[in-house]
Amino acid sequence: MAKVLVFSELNKGNVKPVTLEILGRLTGQEAEVAVIGDLADDQVKVLAEYGAGKVHKLKGDNLNQYSPEGYSNALKGFIDAGGYDYVMAGATAAGKDFFPRLATKFEAGVASDCVNFTMEGGTFAGTRPLFAGKCLAKVELQGPKPHFVTVRPNALGIPDTPTAGAGESNDSSVDAGEIRAAIKEIIAAASEKVDLTEANIIVSGGRAMKCPENFKILEELADVIGATVGASRAAVDSGYASPDMQVGQTGKTVSPSLYIACGISGAIQHLAGMRTSKVIVAINTDPDAPIFTKADYGIVGDLYQIVPLLKEEFKKILG
Amino acid sequence: MNIFVCVKQVPDTETKVQPNGDGTFIETSSIKWIMNPYDEFAVEQALLVKAANAGSTVTVVRVGGVKDTEALRTAMAMGADDSILVEAEDNLDSYSIAKALKGAIDKSGKAADLILCGKQAIDDDCLQVPQVLAEMLNLPSVAVIVGFEQNGDAVTVKREVEGGALEVYEVKTPCILATNKGINTPRYASLPGIMKAKRKPLQQLTLADVGVSADDRRVKYSGFQLPPEKPAGKKFEAMDEAAQAGVVSEVVGLLRNEAKVI
Repeated sequence: MAKVLVFSELNKGNVKPVTLEILGRLTGQEAEVAVIGDLADDQVKVLAEYGAGKVHKLKGDNLNQYSPEGYSNALKGFIDAGGYDYVMAGATAAGKDFFPRLATKFEAGVASDCVNFTMEGGTFAGTRPLFAGKCLAKVELQGPKPHFVTVRPNALGIPDTPTAGAGESNDSSVDAGEIRAAIKEIIAAASEKVDLTEANIIVSGGRAMKCPENFKILEELADVIGATVGASRAAVDSGYASPDMQVGQTGKTVSPSLYIACGISGAIQHLAGMRTSKVIVAINTDPDAPIFTKADYGIVGDLYQIVPLLKEEFKKILG
Repeated sequence: MNIFVCVKQVPDTETKVQPNGDGTFIETSSIKWIMNPYDEFAVEQALLVKAANAGSTVTVVRVGGVKDTEALRTAMAMGADDSILVEAEDNLDSYSIAKALKGAIDKSGKAADLILCGKQAIDDDCLQVPQVLAEMLNLPSVAVIVGFEQNGDAVTVKREVEGGALEVYEVKTPCILATNKGINTPRYASLPGIMKAKRKPLQQLTLADVGVSADDRRVKYSGFQLPPEKPAGKKFEAMDEAAQAGVVSEVVGLLRNEAKVI
């Protein structure tokens, strides 16, 4: 049995769902959770329900907002005292940023962005995509402990019948140390929508969008079904969409429940970034477009005619 | 300023990846290698900083196979002054690569004022090397940056996080910055640049020269395989306006009742 610490980021005071996904795979291990800051009792209860034996609330100066150094220093001291075999977190913006730094403080390695893992005999063995998902490989860690793991959100799924833990919560004081790179301002996103990497539904546009203004019809469809709007590299490089919207090997790798590709031909580097979507709908005027080979439902048609019809049809069933 | 740029050479994005015989990596014999696309932004940013700070030099460092030196030649053709290549297998893990980069920078005899990297390499997609290197060199780092402004010995950078929100950091040099798409538009190498690059110094080192051994590997890969193929889907013809409403209604019905995603 391994002693595992799961670090959970907080989103408006709530633990991230990926924390529960990870806890679901730690049944039979000694699982504990750490958060930085305060956590309401109902959130501690949720963590207990999914298997957390202990919930540590780490508190100290200069930890009100994220910084790679502050978070790494705080966790380093805490982990030293706890004697953990593994430390895990979601592969979120912060998790991906500070886990490598934290692990290096232990001269330890990180298995990044795992989409599956087992803990047989208390030893981690994971699966992770490489080349943006063009292939998968088994990943194992060696060298000094603890070993570090980040897990891709939405990949494991939240367990239906979790095994509960004791969920004893406590406050722990930690030291953020010297912070040389600190946030001085946060510029809010233009849209309130969830990030592409966490989105449940994505509507994406390609070269056929022809201009930035035409993305409005995708946004209207997205609003009806609660989707985030993405784009292909062709659309981004042509200036129709901003780089943070790009899906693909040189953009974001996504795995929503539903991916609607509009006017995207399906270059290999785009397919790599979205092929793990559960259901793919493709709309394209070219019946031989490669995107149709990955589509569950392909519509050979003009997106400017089809997308508005889709919007009306979804409106009907969703009220 | 002494500016270092860490680059990786990766298979072209159009590559159809195939696992190799024993599943320990991919088949690399017929791959077209390119500079990692995110590293192009790092090289460009280094050249912009060099232009703004008289007397600066840009040194490009790469750890990887030597059969092709495309990435370093491209960087020098774009305008970097010299380069260092640490010979290694192409599937080294992030910890070993970062340690080799540190060793190469230390060995150069120049104190780094600024180290730029791409935010991730598009082969193993780990997003680890900039942060691991920063910790090894005891430097601050900001990753996934889409904005850069220099004010003397400090830089103000914008880091992109979930949903496109930006965290604005102020940090003093020396520091490590990892670039994302959107920070700049990388220049193309000019023909004179390509000719000149051939005469620029390229120092070659071994892993042993930079103090890295097999014991430094932390992440072990095996069982490379292609992801399972999806069964063929359903395709509907809707070029004809008369068919469109029917097709759309059928697809929406399937999404709700068959796929159950709406």
